[in-house]
Amino acid sequence: MKVDKKLVEYLANLSRLEFDDTKLAEITGQLEEIIKYVEKLNILDTKDIEPTAHILPLKNVFREDKISPSIDRNKIFKSSPDSDNGYFMVPRIIEE
Amino acid sequence: MELCDKTIHELNGMLSKKEILPSEIMNSVLSRMEKTGGFRSFIKVFPEQALELAVRQDSAPVKGALAGIPVAVKDNMCIENKETTCASHVLKSFIAPYTATAVLKLLGAGAIVIGKTNMDEFAMGSSTETSFFGKTLNPWNKDMVPGGSSGGSATSVALGEAIGSLGSDTGGSIRQPASLCGLVGLKPTYGRVSRYGLVAFASSLDQIGPFAKDVEDAAILLKAISGYDVKDSTSVNREAPDYVTEMKKEIKGLKIGVPEEYFSDGIDEEVGSCVKKAVKDLERCGAEVKNISLPHTEYAVATYYIIATAEASSNLARYDGVHYGLRENAGNIIDLYKKTRSVGFGDEVKRRIILGTYVLSSGYYDAYYLKAQKARTLIKEDFSKAFDDVDVIITPTSPTTAWRIGEKTSDPLKMYLSDIYTISANLAGIPSVSVNCGFSGGLPVGLQLQAAHFNETVLLRAAYSFEQMNDYHKKRAFSGK
Repeated sequence: MKVDKKLVEYLANLSRLEFDDTKLAEITGQLEEIIKYVEKLNILDTKDIEPTAHILPLKNVFREDKISPSIDRNKIFKSSPDSDNGYFMVPRIIEE
Repeated sequence: MELCDKTIHELNGMLSKKEILPSEIMNSVLSRMEKTGGFRSFIKVFPEQALELAVRQDSAPVKGALAGIPVAVKDNMCIENKETTCASHVLKSFIAPYTATAVLKLLGAGAIVIGKTNMDEFAMGSSTETSFFGKTLNPWNKDMVPGGSSGGSATSVALGEAIGSLGSDTGGSIRQPASLCGLVGLKPTYGRVSRYGLVAFASSLDQIGPFAKDVEDAAILLKAISGYDVKDSTSVNREAPDYVTEMKKEIKGLKIGVPEEYFSDGIDEEVGSCVKKAVKDLERCGAEVKNISLPHTEYAVATYYIIATAEASSNLARYDGVHYGLRENAGNIIDLYKKTRSVGFGDEVKRRIILGTYVLSSGYYDAYYLKAQKARTLIKEDFSKAFDDVDVIITPTSPTTAWRIGEKTSDPLKMYLSDIYTISANLAGIPSVSVNCGFSGGLPVGLQLQAAHFNETVLLRAAYSFEQMNDYHKKRAFSGK
């Protein structure tokens, strides 16, 4: 798989990241090398192999739907970069 | 020997005979911190609070396996009302609103948290060089890395700045720094310890575990933190045995497997011979040694770096500058996300987010992510087959001893390959421990033991038997210089 700057820019946008030209070139080269390395998995015959998401034999884990105390709201807002009267503040999203 | 150089079980004995007080242990640890200087084990220390809690225990002794013991916690575990940074700028000023279950359990056993330890940013790294707060140095040689990502949790214990500590292990982040710093580092079975309050990196691989000076201390710490937690649906409801009693039983007839794949290219000669000598030691304790094969070992690093980065790219989407942590303001919300994340994350974290996004993106998902999940099955099956024949698998923890600071930072792939021996245990979810098995050029060499799911007992038993035949675990890194 060829990794070029255009692909990394596309991935950066999906990841909500930005790179300057120097970093973009650097990460493109590194990504290409890493992807070339991980492609060694292609040698493996995995036709009839089931994928493993995690190792526990878990299905759904349920609990009783009971109300219990949760973390104090003011405590949560203490770490917020911008809040107002119980709301997280962000720049305007809907255009006028 | 100062109190801070002693083990938990030694201090427990002295405390119960009233030979010492908790505050004396704490003062010993605090005065050691003043002498060590510059290793950067910690991101934050709480000296006044820790001493106050210790003094309180002097007059009102508490019960518990860790009463009066100063412990350090990796800075990716939440402690209520304390900063939790994950060594990242993006979590600037984040104050945890609750305490991680593993930490609560330590506190419940009487331990006193002395500080939060340095780490690779978001636990992504093998050398503790990617921390936003600066690199941690190897306690045996300041020019070398301590390993990672839980480098600070390792150095704090090795230097006597804490008596025990907690780290997290996603691909070797407890065992590898334990190996490079000459400690015992244990990654429990996936599900053994609750991860509630541990900041997620790769959720199908992450596990919390202890660092200790010897196997008995590791067993005490493991017992303290194990157990089911309703707040972590992946924690398993299974009684943790009394590890300390169990590990002291003899290993006569125990079957030990030595996989050929772990002694091939790239392994340092002296590391290889230390490990082979350890195998002989265990044979003399009555264990039976068998050569085995784990044929898919070669694919572990590739499998891991697809799965771990995929999960990380998803887990780290939450750092967007909205609810907590750093915010870089911008005119619209998308630019706010981009600016915050670009300023907040370091290079290695960005690299992994990009790689993880790639392997999950439309058109590539089957070729990379699904393929890696299938390779994971093959790796897991290698171990299940091996454990039909043997009880414990013995390998080196790391192909080399500690390397020079900066040696691998410009070559990410080279850094990834340093985890080659530790990664499989995370993919298979099995428990694994590293113990010191010698020195090469003044730097510790680690022996890795692996066992079947929830078989920490046999793992500790083999490790303890090995330790009884040697005195590597009695050497201390800090000599007062």
